Amino acid sequence: MGVGIQVEKLNAWYGRTQALHDINLKVQANHATALIGPSGCGKSTFIRCLNRMHETTPEARVEGTIKIGDYDAYQGTSATQLRRRIGMVFQKPNPFPTMSIYDNVAAGLKLNGYRDKKHLDEVVEKSLASSALWDEVKDSIHKKSGASLSGGQQQRLCIARALAVEPEVLLMDEPCSALDPISTGKIEELIFELKAQYTIVIVTHNMQQAARVAEYTGFFLLGRMIEYDKTEKIFTNPSDKRTEDYITGRFG
Amino acid sequence: MPDSKAAPPQKLEISLWRKLTNHLATAFAVSTVVIVLAPLVAIFAYLVIKGVGSLNLAFLTQTPKPPGEIGGGMANAIAGSVLILTIGSLLGVPLGIGAGIYLAEFGQNRFGNAVRFVSDVLNGVPSIVIGIVAYAIVVLRQKHFSALAGGTALAIMMIPTITRTTEEMLLLVPNTLREAAYGLGVPRWRTTLSIVLRTATSGVITGVMLAFARVAGETAPLLFTAFGNQFWNWRLDQPTAALPLQIFTYAISPYDDWHRQAWAGALVLIILIVSAVAAVRYVVRRGTLGGVA
Repeated sequence: MGVGIQVEKLNAWYGRTQALHDINLKVQANHATALIGPSGCGKSTFIRCLNRMHETTPEARVEGTIKIGDYDAYQGTSATQLRRRIGMVFQKPNPFPTMSIYDNVAAGLKLNGYRDKKHLDEVVEKSLASSALWDEVKDSIHKKSGASLSGGQQQRLCIARALAVEPEVLLMDEPCSALDPISTGKIEELIFELKAQYTIVIVTHNMQQAARVAEYTGFFLLGRMIEYDKTEKIFTNPSDKRTEDYITGRFG
Repeated sequence: MPDSKAAPPQKLEISLWRKLTNHLATAFAVSTVVIVLAPLVAIFAYLVIKGVGSLNLAFLTQTPKPPGEIGGGMANAIAGSVLILTIGSLLGVPLGIGAGIYLAEFGQNRFGNAVRFVSDVLNGVPSIVIGIVAYAIVVLRQKHFSALAGGTALAIMMIPTITRTTEEMLLLVPNTLREAAYGLGVPRWRTTLSIVLRTATSGVITGVMLAFARVAGETAPLLFTAFGNQFWNWRLDQPTAALPLQIFTYAISPYDDWHRQAWAGALVLIILIVSAVAAVRYVVRRGTLGGVA
């Protein structure tokens, strides 16, 4: 089951450049939350703070508190432990090129020392089924490399890989930006189904996409969160002028 | 569109010129390949012509006969070369790959730059000097010329090449793969070994084979480390024969039979190196899925 996320006074830096200013946000469990905003506004940095991927960048720094469910993401947890509970899907599909489809999906478990073959088989099938890829690849999961799939299939493979470790939260950083409309449609359908089990935070440049998949939307600008509300409200009746300007295409 | 009918002749003229330059460029590229490959083919052909006559069962199974006697072989030198190269690889490959991993994944600092610099300098040190170093640190201490000393000298020569190629190959692995592994909660050390090194395997192996092939033919660093031996020896702390040494000794000797054997030895050495490289490539290719990497 998904858990909620509570962010308080989050500030983040790259060296001396401050990328995020005082972000406060409550993400509802088992809902999809979209983050929109122009390039460089900090939305990717923000979700990379949620699973502590931000700190893998040299000289990057974070302050503030993030609670995933009822545990603190930064205090008393190691980044590795945290990331096992938070799946991430990246902008460009990044399957492991030397691994078969099966090994790609099983990677999270196998690389953490999990060996029970029977259970792995089940997890791989279940994860590929939830990412709507099983029917397309079931005959070749051992024979084909993850890199031999099409772009859209690769992205669904990456989603399956993230789901296989049974996370509580799924972070998606512009998961459709490298995909064609048909693959995008499939992934959006998927997000709809996955909401039942996971809390989803999705960064997107595509405002229609935010409107289609997310119940809540946050608008970021220059490292600050300008507005956060129900998606419907943000797109029909935003309370901030800057949000309105952005969604009506007056700048950005 | 009425104009379209007038256009084709002009197009044809352009494409003729393009065809010509295209063929010229291809011809240039092909001829450079031929020029580059010619010496290799010539050397190999010459070795076969000169050496194949003396290559027989005795050459591959017997030890050298005393000077002046016809016959005998280089079996002990072939075995010695295999022994010394095995020691060199066992010492040099793990150290080189380990240092390469450090430089690529953790070495973006002053210490890393120092290691890079030292490694590049070491790469340029004459092989005879490396022989002296191995003499000083192994032979003088053991009070023996030995296979171990020879292997140490070769390992020192292999390390910088392997280190730098490993680093280059690991840096080619896209960062998105590292992030994908981190995102699954895989610890950093595991990511480095199972994802980064795994993805770069074929490139790393190429570097290892380059270093191996380069030291396999080295004579100078073995002169006063392995020293050479006219008899069988399997002990690591005793003077050991090696093909390059044996070729050197025979080539400068006054005996015609030894000259012929030197040619055969050179041929065997090249065949050994080529087959070792081919064997490793084959094994690695079979280990990777569908030749993806």
